[in-house]
Amino acid sequence: MSARTLPLLFLNLGGEMLYILDQRLRAQSIPGEKARKDEWTDVDRKRVMNDIISTMFNRKFMEELFKPQDLYSKKALRTVYDRLAHASIMRLNQASMDKLYDLMTMAFKYQVLLCPRPRDILLVTFNHLDAIKDFISDSPGILNQVDETFRRLIETYSCLSDGEFQLIRQTLLIFFQDMHIRVSIFLKDKVQNSNGRFVLPISGAVPWGTEVPGLIRIFNHKGVEVKRAEFTTAGNYVTPQREGSFELYGDRVLKLGTNMYSVTRPVETHVSGSSKSLASQAKENIAPNPLAKEELNFLARLLGGLDIQKPAGGESGFRLNLFTTDEEEEHAAKTRPEELSYKVINIEATQEPGRRAELSRILGELDVAEPRPGSAEKGEDLLALMDGL
Amino acid sequence: SQVAWCELPPRVLLVLTSQRGVQMYEADGSTMVFWHALDVPELPAAHSVFARGIAAAGGRFVCVGTSFGAVLVFDIPPKGTNVTLSEVLEQHRDPVTDIAAEQGQAPDGGGDLVTADDAGTLCLWSSGEEFTLLGKIPGSGCSCSSVALWNGVVAAGYGNGQIRLWEAASGRIRAQVSAHARWIYALDLAPLTGKLLSGAEDSFVHVWKLSRNPDTDDIEVQHCHAECVTDTQVCGARFCDPAGDTFAVTGYDLSEILCY
Repeated sequence: MSARTLPLLFLNLGGEMLYILDQRLRAQSIPGEKARKDEWTDVDRKRVMNDIISTMFNRKFMEELFKPQDLYSKKALRTVYDRLAHASIMRLNQASMDKLYDLMTMAFKYQVLLCPRPRDILLVTFNHLDAIKDFISDSPGILNQVDETFRRLIETYSCLSDGEFQLIRQTLLIFFQDMHIRVSIFLKDKVQNSNGRFVLPISGAVPWGTEVPGLIRIFNHKGVEVKRAEFTTAGNYVTPQREGSFELYGDRVLKLGTNMYSVTRPVETHVSGSSKSLASQAKENIAPNPLAKEELNFLARLLGGLDIQKPAGGESGFRLNLFTTDEEEEHAAKTRPEELSYKVINIEATQEPGRRAELSRILGELDVAEPRPGSAEKGEDLLALMDGL
Repeated sequence: SQVAWCELPPRVLLVLTSQRGVQMYEADGSTMVFWHALDVPELPAAHSVFARGIAAAGGRFVCVGTSFGAVLVFDIPPKGTNVTLSEVLEQHRDPVTDIAAEQGQAPDGGGDLVTADDAGTLCLWSSGEEFTLLGKIPGSGCSCSSVALWNGVVAAGYGNGQIRLWEAASGRIRAQVSAHARWIYALDLAPLTGKLLSGAEDSFVHVWKLSRNPDTDDIEVQHCHAECVTDTQVCGARFCDPAGDTFAVTGYDLSEILCY
């Protein structure tokens, strides 16, 4: 197991989350002048994206993230994303949050699986970061935060060997093992089979540094090539044109990790656990959770301490639905198979006085702009946020 | 983690490696005979700590590789639990990936053990009370993920999908095969026939035939058979018999063992 895996897991899953949220917000947005108080506008969308991205790339957060450590459990990681998704005025019901997490994880699992070389996982991460920079291209403060993380990634990972990257890849694959949630967009594109397993192509470009299979060369005891032979297989490979760039800016060449969602392609998931019971996963969920406190790791606490903007116009006002209708969302919540329940821990962070002091201290250090009391105008909060950057 | 059967003439041990170290069990899994803990630092370090690569050598030893590059040599008594760490071989500077013992007849003065690492470096050893380093083949930066030794020929599988055959005695390369389009995970050899099995992340399993040309003394390799395990990244491949008539395959996310 590699102790350098968590940053890659967090950033890539975060990237996928932003792609999905951006798509859903665009799909549900109304032009500014026509919008009612409880409807999404473009300004709202940008604000949500900005809030989440700036929280995600918070410096203290990143420092903690990059420390060598084991991966979090699935439950603990899910809690972190729950907090992250609620770092702004947006609200998600349990069913929508479940669906969001399913999509995020299956997308990244696919990317890890299909990475040509183990180190290409870094290119996938860079693809996500390039897109994130695009989302906040008009916020120089947040852009700086993202660039800093970019540099940290380059510093930490550029010198790792292929063997170490393969270890990271294996750590990720073990984390994703036995997850076979079917995603509509993958099924339609024939990238996933109806049994939930991904299609692994046996054609296309070979990884950079690999030769197209087929050649056998024999050398004599002097090292001179004396014979060549060829063999054929069902595969149909070609040599790649060029290598992707590992610099701060550059053509990544690899398409894995780029945004595959667009406004016109609604994304659905068929949430059916496979019939071979995900025995280990089920056990993980059923076991009582005395570890709740331990698992409420620093990251989640950090996010939990952030000031969450209260939505004006009531709880349901700025709710984002990942399904096409409210009824669908309700139905999804009721019919979700037990073994796939994430059983998110909801921690009342304010109950323990000791904790409260810690969180307040962290909160103080995080420099989040206080909303002006009594402010119900979205615009004003936005300005306050900008001031704090 | 890895598991391997170690056949030493008087007994068979089941050896497991993990992040904690090495464990050895009786063949029926009933009792743990021995365990060796690796020096694990208090806090997770940037570089992973683990044991990897297992082979029985010289009819008396079990060798296990580590992420430090060191190869631990354990002296196994004919029965009982009095296993001792006999030697630590420190020739590799990168994490050990695989270890293999000579499965055929080594040429005179030939080594009976080969160790491989993440930089692609191969070391040849002669086992005994004190192991002797007979030769070292420097790597070219590409991880040698899997290795086998037969009749003085080292078969090595690499992370870039290549298989290379080396003459153990001279350290010279004798054959190079562009075998797979992805990382090779497993190599196995059938000692009675010289068949070589390779499994990789590209979903393919190939069967090759190794032989020596009696006139030229060249090492030859022929492709015999290819099998595509659809939509599966092959993680393990082993012959089920010494002649190599059948083989078994395992893969990521696969809960079955496929037999061919």
